[in-house]
Amino acid sequence: MPLFDQLYNFANWLTQNRAEAEDLVQETYAKALKGFSSFHTGTNFRAWMYRILRNTFLTSRTGLKAAMTVPLDPEEDGPALAVECATPETLLFERVNRDLLQRAIDELPVHFREILLLCDGEEMSYQEIGEALSIPIGTVMSRLSRARKTLRDRLRPKQGPTAGTTARGTNRGL
Amino acid sequence: MDCEAWKAKLDTYLDGELSSEEMGTFDAHVRSCHSCAADALVRVQTKRAIQVAAKRFAPSAEFRKRMQQSIAPKPWRSFRPGWVFIAAAAVIVLVGAFSSTYLGTRSGREQAFSEIADLHVATLASSSPVDVISTDRHTVKPWFQGKIPFAFDLPELQNSEFSLLGGRITYLGQAPGAHLIYAVRKHEISVFLFQEGALRGKWGESSAAKKELSFNIATWSQGGLRYFVIGDASAADINNLAKLFKTTSS
Repeated sequence: MPLFDQLYNFANWLTQNRAEAEDLVQETYAKALKGFSSFHTGTNFRAWMYRILRNTFLTSRTGLKAAMTVPLDPEEDGPALAVECATPETLLFERVNRDLLQRAIDELPVHFREILLLCDGEEMSYQEIGEALSIPIGTVMSRLSRARKTLRDRLRPKQGPTAGTTARGTNRGL
Repeated sequence: MDCEAWKAKLDTYLDGELSSEEMGTFDAHVRSCHSCAADALVRVQTKRAIQVAAKRFAPSAEFRKRMQQSIAPKPWRSFRPGWVFIAAAAVIVLVGAFSSTYLGTRSGREQAFSEIADLHVATLASSSPVDVISTDRHTVKPWFQGKIPFAFDLPELQNSEFSLLGGRITYLGQAPGAHLIYAVRKHEISVFLFQEGALRGKWGESSAAKKELSFNIATWSQGGLRYFVIGDASAADINNLAKLFKTTSS
């Protein structure tokens, strides 16, 4: 089963629930097999599979809830700000462990979480990401930039003396 | 362009998404600008940290098995008895007598391609895809000594667009083999080597890259070894890497 492990991993990140992720992966493969005739040679297979999984997620109860609470998404942000001297990233590698980073990614809005995971986790090209998320490359770039900035901002307060004790449980990235 | 303008493009640069001309200019700037180089380093580390953190969930063996069963082709159960069936059965027996050998070989081959694709994907998804990490073929090749029951040559990659990332031991149908990973641009390509005699199934002497399970794959036999080159790179890239191996081993 090509991409099984990656799709399962991605499904868990989206749903944040093991049982829902399993259902999502199962439905994705069922839809892919059923709709394989609509797959055109030359189309990126990986992006196609991720698109099926994501569209299936967005029509699920959890996905609908996530989509409804996605904030307004102006994609025309200005250029990304330059990194300051004491960057969140610098501190990241001094103090933040993998768990904390995973928690920070968990708490990102789903549209930021998915684009960050596809780019840095799956090492997809912007073109592939655009195909998987059905958005133009310009939107991929601006959304990615804002996702990274949001992640840096979210990591920042956790590096204070109360880090690790102020985990926000209510924002599941929606 | 001043540093602020460069830094606005830093992520795009590190994602390898600038035009080749801009990439060249950026490379030159980063080499001469300590501030941008420091920022680039930090952001690369962040990317790597996210990459590691992203690989967080693995399917259980039970779920994997359930999925494999659910997508496996279902046996055909319903039929209408009668003369149509008898006539069809007779035709099937006749055709089967001629084609069973061919189909058996083909089905074994497809299964092997599928397993090769699984090995390739599973390895790249692993947090430690290679056991010997080196871009130097003179480091990678000796590492396999005593670990697999055959020796092989690795191609010289100078003046080619490929780079060696490392290698690991692998198994296909219980036969030990070498798994080498190469990079070309943003793609990673696996090269598998096994003893021809140790593998079940039969393949042609040689085949150019063709599409299997969305991957491009080439396979050939040379010097008693069976080679597989597989990846999501273009067929031309797969063929070029295969050609380098063929030239080296001949």
